Amino acid sequence: MTKIGLEIHCQLTKLESKLFCNCKADYRSIPQNSNICPVCIGLPGSLPILNKKAVEKATMISLALGCQIPERISFFRKNYFYPDLPKGFQVTQYNAYGPTSIGSDGAVQIEGKEIKIRRIQLEEDPGRLVYEGSSEKTQITLVDYNRAGTALVEIVTEPDFENPRQVRIFLNVLADLVENLGVSDPYLEGAMRVDGNISVEKANRVEIKNVGSFRDIEKALHFEITRQQSLVERNIPVAAETRHWDEARKITVSSRSKEEEQDYRYLPEADIPIVRIAQNKVETLKAQMPESIVAKKERYVKKYGMPPQVGDVLSSDKFYSDLFEKAHTDTNAKEVANIITTDLMGFADTREKKMELKITPRHISDLADAILNNKITRNSGKLALQEMVKTGKSMSEIVSSLDLGNVSDMSSLEKIIDEIFKEEEKAVLEAKQNPDTVNYIVGKVMRKTKGKADPRTTLEIIQRKLSS
Amino acid sequence: MDIGISATEYLSLVRNGEISVEEFIAKTLDRIHVVEDKVHAYITVDEQNALNKARSIDKKIKAKERVGLFLGMPISIKDNICTSGIRTTCASKMLENFVAPYDATVVSRLKHEDVIVLGKVNLDEFAMGSTTEFSYFGPSRNPWNVEYVPGGSSGGSGVSVSALECMISLGSDTGGSVRSPASFCSVVGLKPTYGLVSRYGLVSYANSIEQIGPIARKVEDIALVMNVIAGHDSHDDTTVEKGNVDYVKDLDAGVKGKKIGLVQQMMEDGVDKEVSTATNNAISKLQDLGAECIPISLDSVEHSVAAYYTIASAEASSNLARYDNLRYGFDLGTEGYEFKAYVSKVRSSFGHEVTRRMLLGAFVLSAGYYGKYYLKAQKVRAMMKSQIDETFKKVDFLVAPTMPILPFKIGEKIDDPLTLYQLDINTIMANLTGIPAISVPFSISSFGLPIGIQIFANSFQEKSLLHAAYALQQTTHLPEVPL
Repeated sequence: MTKIGLEIHCQLTKLESKLFCNCKADYRSIPQNSNICPVCIGLPGSLPILNKKAVEKATMISLALGCQIPERISFFRKNYFYPDLPKGFQVTQYNAYGPTSIGSDGAVQIEGKEIKIRRIQLEEDPGRLVYEGSSEKTQITLVDYNRAGTALVEIVTEPDFENPRQVRIFLNVLADLVENLGVSDPYLEGAMRVDGNISVEKANRVEIKNVGSFRDIEKALHFEITRQQSLVERNIPVAAETRHWDEARKITVSSRSKEEEQDYRYLPEADIPIVRIAQNKVETLKAQMPESIVAKKERYVKKYGMPPQVGDVLSSDKFYSDLFEKAHTDTNAKEVANIITTDLMGFADTREKKMELKITPRHISDLADAILNNKITRNSGKLALQEMVKTGKSMSEIVSSLDLGNVSDMSSLEKIIDEIFKEEEKAVLEAKQNPDTVNYIVGKVMRKTKGKADPRTTLEIIQRKLSS
Repeated sequence: MDIGISATEYLSLVRNGEISVEEFIAKTLDRIHVVEDKVHAYITVDEQNALNKARSIDKKIKAKERVGLFLGMPISIKDNICTSGIRTTCASKMLENFVAPYDATVVSRLKHEDVIVLGKVNLDEFAMGSTTEFSYFGPSRNPWNVEYVPGGSSGGSGVSVSALECMISLGSDTGGSVRSPASFCSVVGLKPTYGLVSRYGLVSYANSIEQIGPIARKVEDIALVMNVIAGHDSHDDTTVEKGNVDYVKDLDAGVKGKKIGLVQQMMEDGVDKEVSTATNNAISKLQDLGAECIPISLDSVEHSVAAYYTIASAEASSNLARYDNLRYGFDLGTEGYEFKAYVSKVRSSFGHEVTRRMLLGAFVLSAGYYGKYYLKAQKVRAMMKSQIDETFKKVDFLVAPTMPILPFKIGEKIDDPLTLYQLDINTIMANLTGIPAISVPFSISSFGLPIGIQIFANSFQEKSLLHAAYALQQTTHLPEVPL
């Protein structure tokens, strides 16, 4: 049986400052080495000051993943040399001498399967290496410390996954969860990084590192399963090793660097006193936590009668569920959910596209009301929505400028249908014999009215005329 | 003009207009020019800035503007405490050219009260040593006999105060580094309670046990400094808020009715005869002043040296890992090197003693040995702490010789690390348990070398510790420094 375990690094991007100093947590898109101070580049004599907000956010993640929160947490130094590590050690948490990390023993349900969480720890991110120069020989390594010292939460699962598909589902659930909690934006580049441990039956465990995206971890795991299985079939032992994901070639490669087997010489970090996590503080945090995705979905289905799939899709996307919460009224909730999940999500499925939307909750609410009151058809609604997201114009402006109002005047609709009957004599005859072909005529009417005719009324009139 | 006066005397002379700050600073600089060749206390002297600052303070005094508490008093700073504008070398090639972009909290607090920083003083490289012989810039020498070591690692601090090259110095004490030179140079040195004085800006050696501490010629001068440097600092999470304690007020409260314990394990075989005689004399003086003295046994002292060197080396191996010469350091370009090769090359520039401790530290932390060494050392530390807690239920103070032996000749023990480590046996306890301890100059040996007496108090009891130290100081009549 295949066994997979994960180590997920999730940046707390919603913090204002780094884990141990006042430098900005947002290190992206600024000049290199402009977001640094004596503390985060480890100048001699500097000392870390623990960001209490980071502890709170890490506690929230632990609670949301069903973890135990200890009464006291403490920090350790993980010692190793690397150019992106300015102090020669990373401040992290370590449970080998008793549980001191922010969370442990949690679990997440995915599709009826339980994935156990071994531990959750709060730690600092190192800086970033930038390579310059074309060939191996002229390659220059540059170091950018803007990221050094930003807060990370490492989530370690038990090897409970049986296949890469479960991994993908879990990671999506996790990304939605941290976004919903308001602790991280998982879609920012590098905000969520995954290492995987994988072994097929009778084979040694292999660690896969350096995977850039969720899609790639799934590919990397698939590759590893195939690779390990083919080795096992040929009675070649699978080496217990660390392999790196080669993004270009889409394969895993053995990383022979000795650095992977090194001894980290963990040591308690005496510069940060033990932090007491008071039980009432945990209760306060629990109360402050936003409604969970699971609870939200349940509410959508129960209260508004949404189909479970719609409730699922809507509740797991923070951006759209926030929009829903603001847009819906008691009478139009289901329609609002419909518009968001079937149309809007199709227009804007990426973070960039979401940011470009010129849409307000009012737009969606007005649109839903217009559809429910038969002022425009669903088809026209789609056109109106397209216009809204591009221009931000109001519902009434769009209806009049695009002339989307329903053809609700019965006599003019009858006149149009009469015209079509004359133009399409053959189709009319056919429809009289075979009622299934009536849709052809309905289609003609819709085309002529540019989709403004109410399809049900149109069908009624046509059927009446056919049988007369 | 006598530059050998105490800080308290200096303040009243300047306040009364009897001397100007500039005069005093100029005189002190003259003294530095005369004696530095013999004692080598300073690594860097900041002459011009000191004189400029002195003139500007004189102007302010004349104009009756607000002037800080210290009225331009000249001080020296151990060269492992960061000062903006003056390099902080840690007496290492590794930081030969390092100028910190900030002042340590203790330095900025003292500057705010208008001290004048004359310069940075010598130490064992990264504060690892007890003789100041392990300095990249060469050893400091004892002003009482320049053939002899001044103690360490804050040797430059002890020497500069003793040789009248400044009035007060800041040192750091990881295993006795303030008290040892205080004792060997016949000056006063205090190691405060862990967490009382900010370590922000102190270059870490063993960060769970070290503290910055003042060295001065008089106990009252130590109290003056503590009034300014003690207290919580938002840059150091390990500092504690203890309210506003005035260490100067009621300094002469005495020791009448106090209980004092003489630590038996610090008076045993290895202790020099003259030192133990001096200690017994100190005890009788304190008894004469109304204190009750009893013998106290602390058997954990036996294991303290082993525990200390395990913990301190472990922390050192981690604290010194940052010196890869990439972001700051000495002149050696990175071009053409692979990272690991570069790092091993630059790190071979550490001195032998630093290398020895980093290797020892890396070893005791490595997988499979952590429990055997590091964890065991922490257990000794915990045991010692609980013995100390119990002891201070019975007594107010503990007394012992600061150093078990008299100062020895430069070079005499330099190749014998184990003997040198053993010299810390009486001072280490305060670091491992966090309690405060002070060394008070008490007498001079038959050969003319200083002997200091150490007094310990319970955590955060610096105020009463200073009462005891002051009481003891008042019983002594010591000669002037023969330099």
